[in-house]
Amino acid sequence: MSAPMLRAEGVKTQYGKIIALRGVDLDVNEGEIVTIIGANGAGKSTLMMTICGAPRASEGRILFEGQDITRMPTHEIMRLKIAQSPEGRRIFPRMSVFENLQMGAALDNYAHFNDDLERMFDLFPRLKERLHQRGGTLSGGEQQMLAIARALMSRPRLLLLDEPSLGLAPLVVRQIFDVIRDLNATEGLTVFLVEQNAYHALKLAHRGYVLVNGAITLSGTGRALLENPDVKAAYLEGGA
Amino acid sequence: MDIFLQQLINGLTLGSIYGLIAIGYTMVFGIIGMVNFAHGDVFMVSTFTALIAFLLLTTVLGITSIFLVLAIVLVVAMAFTGLVSWSIERVAYRPLRGSFRLAPMISAIGMSILLSNFVQVAQGPRNKALPPILPDVIVVWDSGSYQVTLAYKQILIMVVTAVLLFGFWWLVQKTPLGRAQRACEQDRKMAALLGVDVDRTISLTFIIGAALAAVAGVLYLSYYGVVNFADGFVPGVKAFTAAVLGGIGSLPGAVIGGLLIGLIETFWSAYFSIEYKDVAAFSILAITLVFMPQGLLGRPEVEKV
Repeated sequence: MSAPMLRAEGVKTQYGKIIALRGVDLDVNEGEIVTIIGANGAGKSTLMMTICGAPRASEGRILFEGQDITRMPTHEIMRLKIAQSPEGRRIFPRMSVFENLQMGAALDNYAHFNDDLERMFDLFPRLKERLHQRGGTLSGGEQQMLAIARALMSRPRLLLLDEPSLGLAPLVVRQIFDVIRDLNATEGLTVFLVEQNAYHALKLAHRGYVLVNGAITLSGTGRALLENPDVKAAYLEGGA
Repeated sequence: MDIFLQQLINGLTLGSIYGLIAIGYTMVFGIIGMVNFAHGDVFMVSTFTALIAFLLLTTVLGITSIFLVLAIVLVVAMAFTGLVSWSIERVAYRPLRGSFRLAPMISAIGMSILLSNFVQVAQGPRNKALPPILPDVIVVWDSGSYQVTLAYKQILIMVVTAVLLFGFWWLVQKTPLGRAQRACEQDRKMAALLGVDVDRTISLTFIIGAALAAVAGVLYLSYYGVVNFADGFVPGVKAFTAAVLGGIGSLPGAVIGGLLIGLIETFWSAYFSIEYKDVAAFSILAITLVFMPQGLLGRPEVEKV
């Protein structure tokens, strides 16, 4: 089997004296949707940010397509065509939707800007209506769409998605998950997804990992995890 | 009416200079949240750079065209001052990023003292004068007893300011560089996640701010004809006041604040006492801040998230 696109080996991350990740190992293969599920504070977002070098891992290695990116500055990591739609969406509030999308396209040197813009309008028609509105005035769901679209504008090889469903109406969540599934199926986009909404995430993902207190406790295919009794008890009870 | 018109012209001229310096304060505050107390002295360094360049060009090289000389002086002053400001950020502020909030500010005060003392030692404590340039004036209005004049220098200052502000606005609003700059200002971490080199952008912010201060420096020198090592302080504080009055972090605010401070100062000098002009300017600031703590164009604290 070929080497994984993204590999974490024994990754530890600390905020001062607080240990957020205690040695995480995982692989994401090209063309896969892989999800990390876990409770609040388990370290999911920290893992996402550590991959991007902010904060840096204090121990362990992170490899992207065989290249060690553990010590690289964030902007150089992202220039390898990794894109992140981060926790809390982080839309630039005083830029228009259009400018937010331009920020995403900068990583692609604006090479396909007009085509990609049209493509985003197809995926998220709401963005077209809001194009010249300031990012800060959008609703939560619209901001989430914008965050994903902004990440896609860079034509990433790996898309990191942090809690795209947080605080959104079920209908919007379904729409966003459908888009991710389509992009993966039609374009082979590799997706690494962090979710609290374990049911949706595991249904969508090929494989999943369970993160508890900064360490991976379980891994398997999405379906296997969905049926695992421990996962059911901890993350799916009364869920969906 | 005649005095009013004259003071309006003088006030706008002075205000243009304050506005150009104020942009440097407001940009740096916007992007890294610190008040760059050395900025006024960076401005002062630019006046000396301009003076030396001017004398070299006119006496050593013997260039006679005043506009050519001014153009070269402008470029030299912008480049050198940008370099000074870039170095200050690298040496004195960047290592302290992530430290406690006051650390870079104290460092900035240190750099301010360093610059003014260095110039004092290197250039001497006395005023340095420039031979008068562009002495001609246009009589705008003659009431018989009083002539309202518009000096060529004043036209030069207003035109250069207007052109540069437009260019600068275009840079910030329309270019990828300006977008990266605004992105860093709004969310540095996210900007890095989109491939923006944040350190480089911060360096550029210091260079741009200093280059605009250098423009102000050249205009200041050609307007007053005299410079002194201590000249960084009062114009610096006034420009900072202008930035706060306009709403710190807001670029149009800095320009409007600068023009207002310039106008308040000149009108107060004309109609009341010249000794208290600074008191007037700062009092207006205090009053504005009591009723509008975010300044005239500053943004309210709340953003929808």
